[in-house]
Amino acid sequence: MPRITVTVDGTKYEEEVEPRLLLVHFLRDRLGRTGTPVGCDTTNCGACTVLLDGLSVKSCSVLAVQADGGDVVTVQGLADGGELHPMQRAFHEEHALQCGYCTPGMIIASIDLVNGNPDPTETEIREGLEGNLCRCTGYCNIVRAVRRGAELMRAEP
Amino acid sequence: MTETEIGRARRRKEDARLITGRTQWTDNIQVPGLLHVAYLRSPLAHARITRVDVSAARSRPGVVAAFSGQDFAAEQGSLPCAWPVSDDVVIPDHPPMAVDTVRYAGEAVACVIATDRYKAADALDAIEIDYDPLPAVTDMPSALADGSPLVHEAGNKAFTWTFAQGDIEAAFRDAPVVVERTYVQQRLIPTAMEPRAVVAQTDGDSFTLHTSTQIPHVLRVMLAATTGVPEHKLRVIAPDVGGGFGSKLQVTAEEVLGLLIARRLGRPVKWTESRSEGNQTVHHGRDQIQRIALAASAEGVLRGVKVDLLADMGAYLMLVTPGVPLLGAFMYTGIYKMDAYDFACTGVFTTKMPTDAYRGAGRPEATYAIERAMDELAKEIGVDPLEIRRRNWIRHEEFPYATAAGLTYDSGNYEAATERAMALFGYDKLRAEQADRRDRNDPVQLGIGVSTYTEMCGLAPSRVLGSLRYGAGGWEHATVRMLPTGKVEVVTGTSPHGQGHETAWSQIVADALGVPFEDVGVLHGDTASAPRGMDTYGSRSLVVGGIAVLQACERVKEKARTVAAHLLECAPDDLEFTDGAFKVRGTGAAKTIQEVALAVFAAHDLPEGFEPQLDAGSTFDPESFSFPHGTHLCAVEVDTETGMTTIRSYVAVDDVGNVVNPMIVEGQVHGGIAQGIAQALFEEAVYDADGNLLTGTMADYLVPSAADLPTFVTDRTVTPATSNPLGVKGVGEAGTIASTPAVVNAVVDALRPYGVRDVPMPCSPERVWRAIQGGVA
Repeated sequence: MPRITVTVDGTKYEEEVEPRLLLVHFLRDRLGRTGTPVGCDTTNCGACTVLLDGLSVKSCSVLAVQADGGDVVTVQGLADGGELHPMQRAFHEEHALQCGYCTPGMIIASIDLVNGNPDPTETEIREGLEGNLCRCTGYCNIVRAVRRGAELMRAEP
Repeated sequence: MTETEIGRARRRKEDARLITGRTQWTDNIQVPGLLHVAYLRSPLAHARITRVDVSAARSRPGVVAAFSGQDFAAEQGSLPCAWPVSDDVVIPDHPPMAVDTVRYAGEAVACVIATDRYKAADALDAIEIDYDPLPAVTDMPSALADGSPLVHEAGNKAFTWTFAQGDIEAAFRDAPVVVERTYVQQRLIPTAMEPRAVVAQTDGDSFTLHTSTQIPHVLRVMLAATTGVPEHKLRVIAPDVGGGFGSKLQVTAEEVLGLLIARRLGRPVKWTESRSEGNQTVHHGRDQIQRIALAASAEGVLRGVKVDLLADMGAYLMLVTPGVPLLGAFMYTGIYKMDAYDFACTGVFTTKMPTDAYRGAGRPEATYAIERAMDELAKEIGVDPLEIRRRNWIRHEEFPYATAAGLTYDSGNYEAATERAMALFGYDKLRAEQADRRDRNDPVQLGIGVSTYTEMCGLAPSRVLGSLRYGAGGWEHATVRMLPTGKVEVVTGTSPHGQGHETAWSQIVADALGVPFEDVGVLHGDTASAPRGMDTYGSRSLVVGGIAVLQACERVKEKARTVAAHLLECAPDDLEFTDGAFKVRGTGAAKTIQEVALAVFAAHDLPEGFEPQLDAGSTFDPESFSFPHGTHLCAVEVDTETGMTTIRSYVAVDDVGNVVNPMIVEGQVHGGIAQGIAQALFEEAVYDADGNLLTGTMADYLVPSAADLPTFVTDRTVTPATSNPLGVKGVGEAGTIASTPAVVNAVVDALRPYGVRDVPMPCSPERVWRAIQGGVA
């Protein structure tokens, strides 16, 4: 079995994995990093989105071996000590979640969006998050949260 | 007096774990020795199983066991239907794992239990199974035709159910205007974001089942009845649950089989569905054909409404499958006055996944039909859709009002909600723009859709449920306990899965007991720690469960009052309770409720006969349903050359009575509207003629994304409910009920100049385009 080295939320792991093991199952079943959930099996819903080397990927569609040598950040690695990431705060303050199942992926995708576009318009946010589905909120408050999160991220780089 | 907690937009207590990934989804659970279950599912809609051989699978690496339906036949029982709606209802045997016949594609026929999820899935390939195909039965009219292949030996008719009030023949006889239409409620897939998951464990004597469910309490009762595991030996836990929308109001095959497998192997087992598995086997929603007829005067004043409904049950009757159309039966009269109402429904078996509750359950269908038909009546009479509604709706001074469908609406103000919605929407200006675009033959036409809805929710008065033959009551329980340190522990029988009960219940308790919001904790969703409850569905949690919390608080306060009076050496009546303290009127003497809690815990000096616990329970059984209402207005732009519909603006003014947390209420409305729009424009579960589900993944079943939806403008009017002490009404389903007809009315309104009077849902570009070309959909 291939041996991979992956850093996840600041901790370095060396593991032997089956070549077919999905990154999300590696995170959840092998490492116990269950903050990243699985919502579909066709890359449509985005619930499993994580940052791989700084860019958002859907971890249900990435093999663990593809993350070899990489740096993965999940929703569990965003808070700095006890301090929430600005986007996490914004989601809380704007009531951008209900059941919360899409939230880890939505927050990660939003951070990636704002990293590339520090002041996105409503349309840019809606189009930028097209790959992340939410069934509870109707997206209005998610859009508000991303705008607020972007503002906070600009203020606290 | 400090500001009340009720009415504040408190940020949610639930969020802390959800935004940081410290969640407890069922699939997160890891226990030593955990095994994983994978199910083999029928690729055929209808077939006899002639042979199953799981022996080769048993020898695959990591496989601990493999079973077919035959292996469970003696002990698996039948998945329950708790709503035998009529004398003639046929409730077919519904084995959790098919034994000799499959009746829908996706039905479980065998399973493998292995040491990890990949190995379990791999070994499914080694199962040998032979089928003798039988003809699929996929549409209701064919299913009811003579000579149709039978889904069940008893026939394809599941039940008939009728309701009549007033003289319907008189209403239609010589009626100056009759509008008769047929609408199709397409089949929908609820699509909670968290796929179902089950973990079953046993210590050899008792069982613990973690499951992604809305109904841990109902499930415990039903699983005990189905599997024979004694109820007191079964603990059901709904940990964090990622949405439900009715789809997790069910007793599923995988829950029953999980228990049976754990019992047989004596080891913990987990099953987590894939999305494509879920699309096939999570119960579906809607799927009705509605014939509605309105009789009216020449001025468009309603005389009577007649409804004839076909409701697709799918292959079996699940927990409340046949009850769903009944929940709609009482809502076809909407907010309107009339002399007579007549309703008939036939439940039909087909070889498709069973239908059951999906957000709104019956009421969205009813509201769609009446709101669409009222637009047709307006067209017929030649008046604005809002004018036809004004001529017929119940005026605010007429409440309480007994409807032609036999309900008594306690409160409402349709005029106020409509006026507010029109102002926010800019109704007259948009009508002017519409006229201009029509004059100019603009290829992009503007349509305006109206939906003035009400609905019945807050399930429900137990005696009414009993009269409708539902198998259980509609009460809810709460226990409130003051802890020694002055904090408050609430145990609720509701089972939240995104609604924010921890936050809202804390607000109710904070006001009732005068304690800080932060000092209230809420336990739920575990039959060991929260043993009494009826769970969460039908927009019932606040209007039933929240009232139980309030009543329990009142009892705690009265107990505390007797102790405070004892400690302060006065009569209980001499005390006033403000800001969390009992104060002797006219003196400065006081005891805070926290001081009382500690005194009760110490029990050193209590009134004679007072048992040293500062807690109380309350079970609330409402006297009536809850009737939220509102006016939703939708403007769409329809590109007549491509058929593409774009929502330009959407205004919702809802009246849900008093509001505990306006932020949570707005969130519920937003999400509800989105799901209703999804039915109008995007979603449809499609089966082919052979009974194969063609929309088996999220790539084919179009759950809308942020890019597909506009920002909603929402507001509220407040007409307090008179049926509960908080004056609150249910809000969970209102948005979904209201929005579907608002959107389709807008699409049809845009296309009136083209002779279009209907576009079947979902109003995809192709269907809109065809409607324009043919005038017929």
